[in-house]
Amino acid sequence: MPIQIGVLALQGDFREHSEVLRKLGCRPVEIRKKEDLKTIKGLIIPGGESTTISKLLKEFKLNQNIIELHKKGIPIYGTCAGAIVLAKDIHNYPKQPSLGLINISIDRNAYGRQIESFEENISIRGEKKPFPAIFIRAPIIKEIGKNVEILAKQNGNPVLIKEDSILVSTFHPELTEDTRIHKMFLEMIKKAK
Amino acid sequence: MLKGGVIMDVVTAEQAKIAQKAGACAVMALERVPADIRKQGGVARMSDPKLIKEIMAAVSIPVMAKCRIGHFAEAQILESLGIDYIDESEVLTPADNAFHVDKHQFKVPFVCGATNLGEALRRLHEGAAMIRTKGEAGTGNVIEAVRHMRKMTGDIRALKKMSESQLQSYAKKERVPLSLVKSIKTHQKLPVVNFAAGGIATPADAALMMQLGCDGIFVGSGIFKSSNPAKLAKAIVQATTHYKEPMILADISKGLGQPMKGDEISTLSTKLAERGW
Repeated sequence: MPIQIGVLALQGDFREHSEVLRKLGCRPVEIRKKEDLKTIKGLIIPGGESTTISKLLKEFKLNQNIIELHKKGIPIYGTCAGAIVLAKDIHNYPKQPSLGLINISIDRNAYGRQIESFEENISIRGEKKPFPAIFIRAPIIKEIGKNVEILAKQNGNPVLIKEDSILVSTFHPELTEDTRIHKMFLEMIKKAK
Repeated sequence: MLKGGVIMDVVTAEQAKIAQKAGACAVMALERVPADIRKQGGVARMSDPKLIKEIMAAVSIPVMAKCRIGHFAEAQILESLGIDYIDESEVLTPADNAFHVDKHQFKVPFVCGATNLGEALRRLHEGAAMIRTKGEAGTGNVIEAVRHMRKMTGDIRALKKMSESQLQSYAKKERVPLSLVKSIKTHQKLPVVNFAAGGIATPADAALMMQLGCDGIFVGSGIFKSSNPAKLAKAIVQATTHYKEPMILADISKGLGQPMKGDEISTLSTKLAERGW
């Protein structure tokens, strides 16, 4: 049976993540309620509007269940808004609630408004070919804890990082044809088993 | 990233904050909601940049604003304000009877209304980054949005069976490049998101449009013309996520107070959906 990976489907581009997972032979499971979390071996928190996603997480009481999932060692990958939702500290919006599962301080909308969105080739540690990274109203990771590994940088800022079973990118690999970062996440899931 | 979210019309910074608190993924900064534009009549234009700036300063979510159809100078002004999206909207009085804005000249993304596939393709060809149904704005009546969404889906499906020459004549009739038509035929969907707009007034309306295949929801007059905007706004956000779950929808829909009164389409003197070409 194909491995089941949850994609948080409260708001954002969860369909695109599901598509990539399907391409890689996994079975995506859209997560809207806590019951949906039962069978999954990994979870993706997609890009979207972080204020919207955090609110819906709280209203449908998914927060605690995702934290439990993490405690069980199930890998979680957050992209863009997902990175904000996973961060320990949201530097410029300290009151916005987050799951606090990775030791980073992050700035929301740090590049500016929609018009400042851009695409740039970045190099990923251990990869020869550059990765086409799409940044949309992206956050910037300001500070990282000592156990956080930096896997890629853009303009000096970490944009792809990992701490234990949490993977975070401030850009959107699900909007490109390049599946290498999703594959990296699948490797984390295989190791966690 | 607006997908799966709700974009709400607001006329003050205060309303924008309420929308953000309710979980809106963006707000549309306006001077008057469509229901009032309809009632008051006169020429409806771009909003005062001062108001738009105030709304931009009040929230951290993206802010959209409307320009008149074809009014590229209004669009230039809005872009200079740093607005996140421009809605070239039939809700405002059109400024050009032949041309829409050449959206390729702008860096800011545009959203445009469409009642069928041909119209959507013309807008995409002009550079639109997002499509929405026109519906019938300011009525609180969802029937036109449903009609436009069903038409879009039907038109896309109909391409499947068309021969090469039928595709050519369709492209010619709709005044769009054949390559664009062919790519829609292959992918069986628009290359951009298609949101529901024009007449959505309740959580059930939002769920209906999402089940019909929309990627997200615009709510205009519906929220701030209801008796309890904050509660209704939150309910519509939740319904847009849980659109497939009648039990959750029932719970969300409880005790929301009076929705906007709304209009029967046959009683309207002006149909906004007929604006644009």
